[in-house]
Amino acid sequence: MSNRYDVIIIGAGVVGSMVARFLSKYELDILLIEKEADIGMGTSSANTAAVHAGYDALPGTNKGVTNAIASRMWPQLSQELGIPYEQCGDYVVAVTEADMNELENLLARGKANGTPGLKIISGDEMRRREPLIRQDACGALWASTGAISDPFAATIAAAENAVMNGVEVKLNTAFEDFLMEGNRIIGLKTNQGDFECRWVVNAAGLYADEVMHKANVRPEFRIQPRRGEYVILDKADFQLTHNTILFPTPSDKGKGIVVTSTLHGNVIVGPNANFVDSKKNKEVTKEGIEEIWSGGSKLVPAINRRNIIAQFAGLRATGNAPAPNPDIDYNQDFIIEIPENIDGLVNLGGIESPGFTAAPAIALKVIELLEGAGESLQEKLDWNPIRVPRPVFRHLTREEQAALIEKEPAYGRIVCRCEMVTEGEILAEIHAPIPAVTYDAIKRRTWLGTGRCQGGFDTPRVVELLAQELGVAPEEITKKGSESRFLFRRTKDVETDHLSVEDLI
Amino acid sequence: MKQEYDVIVIGSGPGGLAAAIAAKENGADDVLIIERDFELGGILLQCIHNGFGLELFQEDMPGPTYAQHFIEKVNDHCVQTLMDTMVLDITPERKIFAINKTQGYIEFSARSIVLSMGCRERTRAQIMLPGSRPAGVYTAGTAQRFVNVEGHMPGENFVILGSGDIGMIMARRLTIEGAKVKRVLEIMPYLTGLTRNYVQCLMDYGITLQKQRTVNRIIGNNRVEAIEAVSVDDKWKPIPGSKEIIPCDTLLLSVGLIPENELSKKAGVHLDPITNGPYVDDHFMTNVPGIFAAGNVVHVYDLVDWVTEAGYVAGKGAALYALSDKKKTGENIPLKAGENVRYVVPHTLDPAHLADETIRLQMRVSTPIEEKIRITVEDQDHEVIAKANNPYARPGEILTLAIKPKAFDIVQKAESLTVNVRTR
Repeated sequence: MSNRYDVIIIGAGVVGSMVARFLSKYELDILLIEKEADIGMGTSSANTAAVHAGYDALPGTNKGVTNAIASRMWPQLSQELGIPYEQCGDYVVAVTEADMNELENLLARGKANGTPGLKIISGDEMRRREPLIRQDACGALWASTGAISDPFAATIAAAENAVMNGVEVKLNTAFEDFLMEGNRIIGLKTNQGDFECRWVVNAAGLYADEVMHKANVRPEFRIQPRRGEYVILDKADFQLTHNTILFPTPSDKGKGIVVTSTLHGNVIVGPNANFVDSKKNKEVTKEGIEEIWSGGSKLVPAINRRNIIAQFAGLRATGNAPAPNPDIDYNQDFIIEIPENIDGLVNLGGIESPGFTAAPAIALKVIELLEGAGESLQEKLDWNPIRVPRPVFRHLTREEQAALIEKEPAYGRIVCRCEMVTEGEILAEIHAPIPAVTYDAIKRRTWLGTGRCQGGFDTPRVVELLAQELGVAPEEITKKGSESRFLFRRTKDVETDHLSVEDLI
Repeated sequence: MKQEYDVIVIGSGPGGLAAAIAAKENGADDVLIIERDFELGGILLQCIHNGFGLELFQEDMPGPTYAQHFIEKVNDHCVQTLMDTMVLDITPERKIFAINKTQGYIEFSARSIVLSMGCRERTRAQIMLPGSRPAGVYTAGTAQRFVNVEGHMPGENFVILGSGDIGMIMARRLTIEGAKVKRVLEIMPYLTGLTRNYVQCLMDYGITLQKQRTVNRIIGNNRVEAIEAVSVDDKWKPIPGSKEIIPCDTLLLSVGLIPENELSKKAGVHLDPITNGPYVDDHFMTNVPGIFAAGNVVHVYDLVDWVTEAGYVAGKGAALYALSDKKKTGENIPLKAGENVRYVVPHTLDPAHLADETIRLQMRVSTPIEEKIRITVEDQDHEVIAKANNPYARPGEILTLAIKPKAFDIVQKAESLTVNVRTR
């Protein structure tokens, strides 16, 4: 196989995957590399799943511009790629006079960004629409184009559609350095060998700063991971009246602690926003849970701790890049550029919230930048923008379920009882265009193991299925790649005299 | 296969097996067990340790042997069984929807149903255990399945959180398999499992149990690398200066079991927030007429023998319900948890049943009493209707008391009954 590509994208999060998908429209040889065992394991694996309407980011910033464009792209994009998406609208809830003034600011900002469907409603109207909201709410900003999606599904769908259209994906492939010829990038050094290319897209998320520094780009740019903790509630025990996203009025710490529904039906509460020192520190803390619980229960007093079935944390790639327009006083903008001092690099950085929303618009910007740099992009005649999602058993009607089992008997065996995930769905993911080869990869794709028993019953079955389908020993199956093995050895595989009488006395 | 049954039993653990046998023995013709796993027996099949059958058979058996005794009876009684089949839904009208690989979507109706889905383990999230989320954090039962059924070791160096029975049994099992169990930590000031398991599984193998001590943080990105332990006071607040990093590759959780009632809820069955199981009468019938519940689905038992007993009672009740045209008329008497009783099962009793049946009450205490105790059942005027003695009362061990037919007359007049556990 040739190691030469037109474009190599570093990082298969939602941004890298969307860039790959939109670039796959053109006659280009594209490679998408990912250092982890699966795509979408970084920031894309743990966020609020909100598609923001676009009233939050400052007008004129990269965040504001891409959010506004992308918010309009999502309805069609989600159809094309088979991504769960529901434009249920969102609310920013005010409880004080100062909050109400802030709502006016948000409304003005949204209008400047070109966000349609914004309206300030009264406290009574808010309570009528969501009776569970705090009783002292005095008003809310209603954004009818706010939506909920699924960041795992979106990343997978985009990357799969890219693969369908000829993009190559290499997992467990970590960028090490650029191969340079003067000021021109001619390829990459990775832990899996060297690859040549004409263009590199830096979509390395939390590590984007380290990647660009290797090319001497923006030495002052630094990503400081900002951790957000979340809790998930049991869907059988608590639901909002409708799917929606409830924001408190924002503070200088960000958009605040949200109460929202996932499209899997669970209520989710979070995130807080605390800087951490390590890009691997996804620890959940006691203090953090207290912080989000206090925020969430202020907004929706009816939430009950007893209903918590999972906790997790994600990291945002918070950067320190100024907005491209020097008149705007803002220092945490997205970087979307072809740097002046180097050829062959499309540089993306600081893609924190609203990065998930903005990803498809960032992809379009990348295409614009390439064209602006003189790349003549030829559209493929046979580009297929449609990716058909695989069946989700629990979402089917009884008749559809019966028909599916008849066609594929493996759909007749439930492996995850809480979330009703079938063997058929698991096998389909193991044999998907981008195969799911770890437990967490299957979990992100099927929502298995996310329910009340948190994988207690399904884990042994999934390990067995993975081993059987991949043709390896169960000891080789991991939770999330590298050293995250589930099992160490066979039983009885031990010195027989290990239980010496002396030891026990 | 048939679509209509007298009694359908959901789950084939000890409760379900006994219920099916009792249903047959009490006259039900068509009895079906639906089991999601490949074999009958439920969790007993992974319980290869002994200690089963001491109460019912005065014999000490391992779990699979105990199960086999009932599986053979089920076969002898020509109970129909449907394996590898998952029940998706139950309606209050006793329709059951299930799927499997060979028959696809299946619909059944039953004159009565016995719910015996057992219980599930409390997880890391439910006890709000902070830290990272690496591989190597298992509930004790999942680890038990890996070791005893699949034949794989889920780790080498273990810390076990919780002194529940499965945790202590796994401590011994893992030690026998050559692993090192570094510590068992228990947040409560007392053992939450059976004393006999503490003696036979921890003491006999030199495994340290520390009470009022818990896991403060899980450390490690890919696989567990260590846990941070901390001592707590009576209000579970960490005690400063008591932290200790214990290197290990696996953390097992044995922090409680929760009755598995998602199907019950779909059928309109009401649950007791203390037991997390259905409210039941003395035949283990729930609030939905014709839907019974047996075993750990009602409340978590400490001995399988009692689960079997409960299955017999529920199965008999289900058969009588299925075969009888006249539905009951009289009011049940509520049974209330009184002094130092966390809960008592059943929640109500039908006084008419006392004519020819002994009604067994089972309860757990709220706080331990390490001296001789007396259990009393009193009516609204504090008149003692039944009593029993025990050398001690511990939250980890269920107390039992029987109300015998000789109390028939007095119970007919009672408005409510309260159960108390006091020192003697």
